Amino acid sequence: MSSIIEVKNLTKNFKDIKAVDNLSFKVEAGQVYGFLGQNGAGKSTTIRMLLTLIAPTSGEIELFGMSLAKHRKEILRQVGAIIERPDLYKYLTALENLRLFAIMSGVKVSEKQLMDQLDMVGLAERAGSKVKTYSQGMKQRLGIAIALVHDPQLIILDEPTNGLDPQGIADIRNLILLLKKERGKTLLISSHLLSEVELIADSMIIIDKGKKLVEGKVKELFDPSETIVELKTTDDAATFEKLKQSPLNKFMHGQRNDCLLLKLHRNEVPSVMKELVQMDVNVISLHSKHSLEDYFLSLTTGNNDVEVAKN
Amino acid sequence: MLKLLRIELFKIFKRPRTYIAFGAIAAVVFLIQIALKFDGKSYVDLLMSNLSGSFEFSDEFKGKLLNGYLICFVILNTLLIQMPLLVALISGDSIAGEANMGTLRLSLTKPVSRTQYMLVKFAASIIYTLALLIWMAALALFGSMIIFGTNDMVVLRSEGIEQMKNFDVLWRYFAAFGYAAVALTTVSALSFLLSVFSENSIGPIIATMSIVIVFTILSEMNIPIYDETIKPYLFTSHMVAWKGFFYVKADAEGTTINGSIENLPAVLRSLGILVIYIILFFSSAVWVFKKKDILT
Repeated sequence: MSSIIEVKNLTKNFKDIKAVDNLSFKVEAGQVYGFLGQNGAGKSTTIRMLLTLIAPTSGEIELFGMSLAKHRKEILRQVGAIIERPDLYKYLTALENLRLFAIMSGVKVSEKQLMDQLDMVGLAERAGSKVKTYSQGMKQRLGIAIALVHDPQLIILDEPTNGLDPQGIADIRNLILLLKKERGKTLLISSHLLSEVELIADSMIIIDKGKKLVEGKVKELFDPSETIVELKTTDDAATFEKLKQSPLNKFMHGQRNDCLLLKLHRNEVPSVMKELVQMDVNVISLHSKHSLEDYFLSLTTGNNDVEVAKN
Repeated sequence: MLKLLRIELFKIFKRPRTYIAFGAIAAVVFLIQIALKFDGKSYVDLLMSNLSGSFEFSDEFKGKLLNGYLICFVILNTLLIQMPLLVALISGDSIAGEANMGTLRLSLTKPVSRTQYMLVKFAASIIYTLALLIWMAALALFGSMIIFGTNDMVVLRSEGIEQMKNFDVLWRYFAAFGYAAVALTTVSALSFLLSVFSENSIGPIIATMSIVIVFTILSEMNIPIYDETIKPYLFTSHMVAWKGFFYVKADAEGTTINGSIENLPAVLRSLGILVIYIILFFSSAVWVFKKKDILT
């Protein structure tokens, strides 16, 4: 598989602040690539460098196998992007905004193609309305239509679900999957919502303070056999003491949000439940939670929210 | 490039605020024209009062004086001082307004070089400036010619009066408007440069006006030390040189020579200086913008 994006030792300094620190990663063709990090981790700065909005202090960026510094125009013809929120010309209509950016993208598109594009994001009926009358979700969808209007190979979406309601988030997620599966696009999606990225990304990178923490296939980064069980009982303090004295102590992982956390293999969950019943623990809920959220939190917060209970 | 220019003009002329300047010009021109239509004699009397000690003017002469050409001259004198603000409204907004709206970052992810982007933006600002001047010319010159008719034009100067024949005036206005276009483009270029540094359009507009006001005051001050050291280098000193087209040469008997300009080299020198300022402001704007990180 060929690389669409290849970033080598990318660094950006803003005076004394190192926003991006020696970052390297690759995005393969046809992938949805999750770009994760907390707010201020350096995601937007990196994306802005990929789009030539910010000049790197050092390092190299290659897109489609070409140096971004040397082939900027040629590369940007094949890239569509939304950076943070899709700010548009509010005094123009959706159709006018779309037409205007299509021309700037260097493509000739017919009115029908523009309307088809608006139809794809569910805005055809409001094509003639001024953008100032649009909701945040509609603006976001129009932003995506603008990013796609010139049929780019690479689509970069910076926090595409920001400010959207659950339905809007689901719509964007479905659109991303459609673009990947039916149109063969490569997408780089930045987000701090790991649960969202988990659902759509093939590969991902997590960065913190501008540095890469981890990169790889989503499936491989997380061992599905290892699970975190959130245990809620009628008396957590008493249960805590009981567990400490029992063989289950080896599974104790900490506490979070009034729950006891147990870390164990998925196959061990039934036997642990039996053991809890035998120990006369009144279980209110037992929730097996395993998502990148835990992985992300443990990497970026240094387990601050987990009080390790083991002696 | 032309497609991009069309986009810029489309954006400018789709904004309601663009028409404020056109409305303001129309209002001022009509107010002056109405006032002079109904009370022009008082205005001419006032105008001539400074000269009446050494000259005697007949009522017939005074009546001829108040024609479309003089009215346009009065309007130009009044409006060309205010025009920089109207020009700065659009030029100051060119880059800063896009940054403020957040559309700058989207525009710059398109396959358009920053130099190209700046050229198109500046060209659109110049076209807007020209449109304003054409509007002003249509109302102030042709409007006044229709309302007041035409006749010989008299220009008052500190050393006396100059009279130009009716047929010798119109071309001078075309030249003056052409010069004014360059003068206002200088203001536009300054405002455009300041726009690159800001993320809201109020800053560049206020900064442009502040610079124009301070420089105009310095240009007008009668302090000998400034005459040689500062005034020749201020662009505002050269912005008023359009009046040079209305100062004519006279023969030995004191009769004005048709088609002449008293000091054409001085007018052309001023024009050259303004062009140098435009190039300086614009190239600085491009240089800064090309290096700028877009963080908005």
